[in-house]
Amino acid sequence: MNQAVLEARQLSMVLGERQVLQIPSFQVLPGETLVIMGPNGSGKTTLLLCLALLLKPTAGSLAYHGTTVKDAAAELQLRRRFAVVFQEPLLLDTTVLKNVTMGLHLRGIDSQEAKQRAMEWLGRFGIAALAEQSARTLSGGEAQRASLARALALQPEVLFMDEPFANLDAPTRQALIEDFERILRETKVTTVMVTHDRNEALTLANRVAVLIEGNLRQIGLPHEVFASPTDEGVAGFVGVENVLPGVVSAQSKGIATVTVENQKIDAVSELPAGSRVTVCLHPEDVTLAQPAVEATTSSARNHLTGTVIKVFPIGSQVRITIDCGFPLIALITRRSFEEMGLVTGQNIVASFKASSIYLIPHR
Amino acid sequence: MDLIVEGIIQAFVLLVHGDPEVMRVAALSLGISLAATVISLFIGVTLGTAIGLTRFYGRRFLVSLINTGMGAPPVVVGLIVTIMLWRNGPLGVLHILYTPYAMVIAQCVISLPIITGFTMASIQQVNPKLRLQILALGASHGQLLWLLLRETRLPLLSAVMAGFGAIISEVGASMMVGGNITGQTRVLTTAIVMETGKGDFGLAFALSLILMALVYLVNLVLTLIQQRSRPR
Repeated sequence: MNQAVLEARQLSMVLGERQVLQIPSFQVLPGETLVIMGPNGSGKTTLLLCLALLLKPTAGSLAYHGTTVKDAAAELQLRRRFAVVFQEPLLLDTTVLKNVTMGLHLRGIDSQEAKQRAMEWLGRFGIAALAEQSARTLSGGEAQRASLARALALQPEVLFMDEPFANLDAPTRQALIEDFERILRETKVTTVMVTHDRNEALTLANRVAVLIEGNLRQIGLPHEVFASPTDEGVAGFVGVENVLPGVVSAQSKGIATVTVENQKIDAVSELPAGSRVTVCLHPEDVTLAQPAVEATTSSARNHLTGTVIKVFPIGSQVRITIDCGFPLIALITRRSFEEMGLVTGQNIVASFKASSIYLIPHR
Repeated sequence: MDLIVEGIIQAFVLLVHGDPEVMRVAALSLGISLAATVISLFIGVTLGTAIGLTRFYGRRFLVSLINTGMGAPPVVVGLIVTIMLWRNGPLGVLHILYTPYAMVIAQCVISLPIITGFTMASIQQVNPKLRLQILALGASHGQLLWLLLRETRLPLLSAVMAGFGAIISEVGASMMVGGNITGQTRVLTTAIVMETGKGDFGLAFALSLILMALVYLVNLVLTLIQQRSRPR
């Protein structure tokens, strides 16, 4: 295993009487893009600022390539190896070019090289033509591009980003994420990014860490975290809207039958009968069909008949809540919704595969 | 109306002929007020930045004192400085009462809260995350302060203008600590008061015009610096 570029040990932050961060160990590995996710107020930004040496934790230490950072002089030297991009572009009141060269000057790079690097990165983010313009005249998207160019021109060993795309409109955001993803692939710069956008995490992350109430609840590969959350909090945050308590009532050849509110659900799991579990099911894994159609067309193992109790459109999709003895949420396309002509009170069959279910055993 | 026209003509004549007494009074006015502004600027920017960036016990009380000081009546300042510099006062050993030095001190006391208050407010207005961003760019704490002050240069120049404006035009403190002594501590404002008292409205008006011209010129220079400093 590669030695961590950064490692936080026994990190703790107390603000007033509130413990906002309590993390025994946290590692940033070389070349990875580590995305820290979590709901608002979970301590994501606090953790990022502590790692970037911009906030002093109440307790704990930070090691850089295994060496503990001890004094202010070492912190300054280390900060000069990092770069940070915030949610707001935070450009200074000068030209775009001077904004990008400022950090380079502070790090002792001579003017000619600073200008060359700045122009190169402004070019890579498609805003070289704006170099001599006042930073105050840029649009939101241009300003955030300038902010990213400013950070990457520093050639940081670790790039920290605090929800850098959150303030942008959807098309600008998508374009910038695509550009940034390409640049991450090309530069392989070690990146720690905070977001609460699941799509951003899935697009950019090599590893995902989920922080809830200041505690690191899960860290792992994106598909592991999204498909196999370790607890209900993580499940809820990574988009598992169906989180149901149940008990394994039978086990047969790797298929566990779970009883949830008198309904039987089959799941791929080795858990023995009698295990108390939380059933996790992504709403997009649930398909809906009219009762007559379902039996002949679906290959899914689980079919639950229920009544539509709520219909809620979300953009191009529609969120349907079905009462199957317990509320089950399905996410279907608007087109499917219109074709089926779903209305509240209608009977419907909800189907899902045994492999779509993830069971969290209760300890 | 005649008085105004007469005043304008007299001011023009005094300026064109370079009346030595008027020139001396104008130069002393400008010199004292500029010196007081520069001293207040150094102390006020330092204090305002420190108070703006830090949190400590009693800070709110200190800020309320500074805000009150921004509106302190010059005559009260004049009285306090006079008492301090009086022969038997705490600073009487300096023997500077009724000298331009005393006037500089009094004017510093008037402009210092203004410049401190403006600096504090402008530093506090800067997005707190900008401080983090500047540190993240690799700035030391000294470089951080310099860049923050540069970022607030427009309101800071306004602070200089407000501070200078308050003291070049004040009369109470200058009269009390300077004494309006001919050839030594007479400045434009005290001369205007004196000439008005004597009924020489023409000369008083001429001196007023010169005072206004000086204030305008200094503010013009500061405004040009202020507006030039921002890229387009």
